[in-house]
Amino acid sequence: MIALLLRDLRLAFRAGGGFGLGLGFFLVLAVLVPLGVGSDPRTLALIAPGILWIGALLACLLSLDRMFALDHEDGSLDLLATAPIPLEGVVAVKALAHWLTTGLPLVLMAPLLGVLLNLPGAAYGWLIMSLLLGTPALSVIGAFGAALTVGLKRGGLLLSILVLPLYIPTLIYGAEVVIRGAQGLDTTTPLLLLAGITAGSAAILPFAAALALRVNLR
Amino acid sequence: MELAVSDLTCARGGVPLLEGVRFTLPAGAALVLRGPNGCGKTTLLRTIAGLQPQLSGTIDCPPDAITYAGHADGLKAVLTVAENLAFWAAIHGTPGIDAALEAMNLTDLAARQAQHLSAGQKRRLGLARLLVTGRPIWLLDEPTVSLDTASVALFGSVARTHLARGGTALMASHIDLGLNEARVLDLTSYRAAPRLPQGFDEAFA
Repeated sequence: MIALLLRDLRLAFRAGGGFGLGLGFFLVLAVLVPLGVGSDPRTLALIAPGILWIGALLACLLSLDRMFALDHEDGSLDLLATAPIPLEGVVAVKALAHWLTTGLPLVLMAPLLGVLLNLPGAAYGWLIMSLLLGTPALSVIGAFGAALTVGLKRGGLLLSILVLPLYIPTLIYGAEVVIRGAQGLDTTTPLLLLAGITAGSAAILPFAAALALRVNLR
Repeated sequence: MELAVSDLTCARGGVPLLEGVRFTLPAGAALVLRGPNGCGKTTLLRTIAGLQPQLSGTIDCPPDAITYAGHADGLKAVLTVAENLAFWAAIHGTPGIDAALEAMNLTDLAARQAQHLSAGQKRRLGLARLLVTGRPIWLLDEPTVSLDTASVALFGSVARTHLARGGTALMASHIDLGLNEARVLDLTSYRAAPRLPQGFDEAFA
């Protein structure tokens, strides 16, 4: 399992691995929004939590279709399916690798982009906290979507359409934490719900994704 | 390590290709599957490997004994030969890749990225993976594609060593590997009879 994690991380950092792709997208999005919306600090402060969360969500989506498709193309997925590690474990490890190369950098980068969007000072801690709790759910839900579409050519668009609706609860509670934090309100309830979504999807979806992979391997 | 298959029916895309396939492979034996293109050699191998369910019949073999080498070698282009092989060794929990590199004549290429290998060298690396899995039953789908004569002979001797250690090999191949002891199974005689469409279409007949 650790060998698989190390291989996926190594592949992500080598040429053409796609590391930084999501990060670059996140950066560009956060720079474009003030250009489109106008530079009024009050407006920006109002929309900053939502924009940052939507940006993180879309950036996560960018690299999802590579998760299983590349392994399927070169035959590694067949070999992994016959290897001694369970397919559920393969899914969980690949989701973790996706989070480490996409989600975690987004969490670290978000406060910097918060400055660009005039995010209120009180909200920075909550932004990091909510992304840290919420982005693992994005990777796990995405792994399920990637497993569903693995055999399809050009499955990326279908994957987005399948996965984005599943991201809605994470987005709602994630952005709610930051909005409440910015206004100095109590954030316990959305934070707990966010953590619940992450824990629940991490517990259930690897099994569903492994089932989908087995069907797609036939 | 014995592999026993009885009354196996397997299908591709919902169409039964082979039915009533039965054979027993005792330890140290090899079986070569023959038959024209599309007769179901790959389907049979994938079914036995557990990658797709059989329609009926049984496959008897010890758990975690089978390794499968298909048309694709499962190599990562940006990893080196040694890294690719070391990954599969780690996944299967076997120590060391030097013997496998040596056996498939890859030692000189160990530090080269897989994307810079020739087709034949890639295949040799794919076959070296069989050695690091440490599994006794090899399912090989056209193992000699894009190998030159010398490499075919090299793989023939590797396979013979594997059989001598009590391993088993089931392969679909058109080329003679020089395994004189291998039995040949012609799949043409197991071809599934065409079946009339059932159920759904009857209302329109």
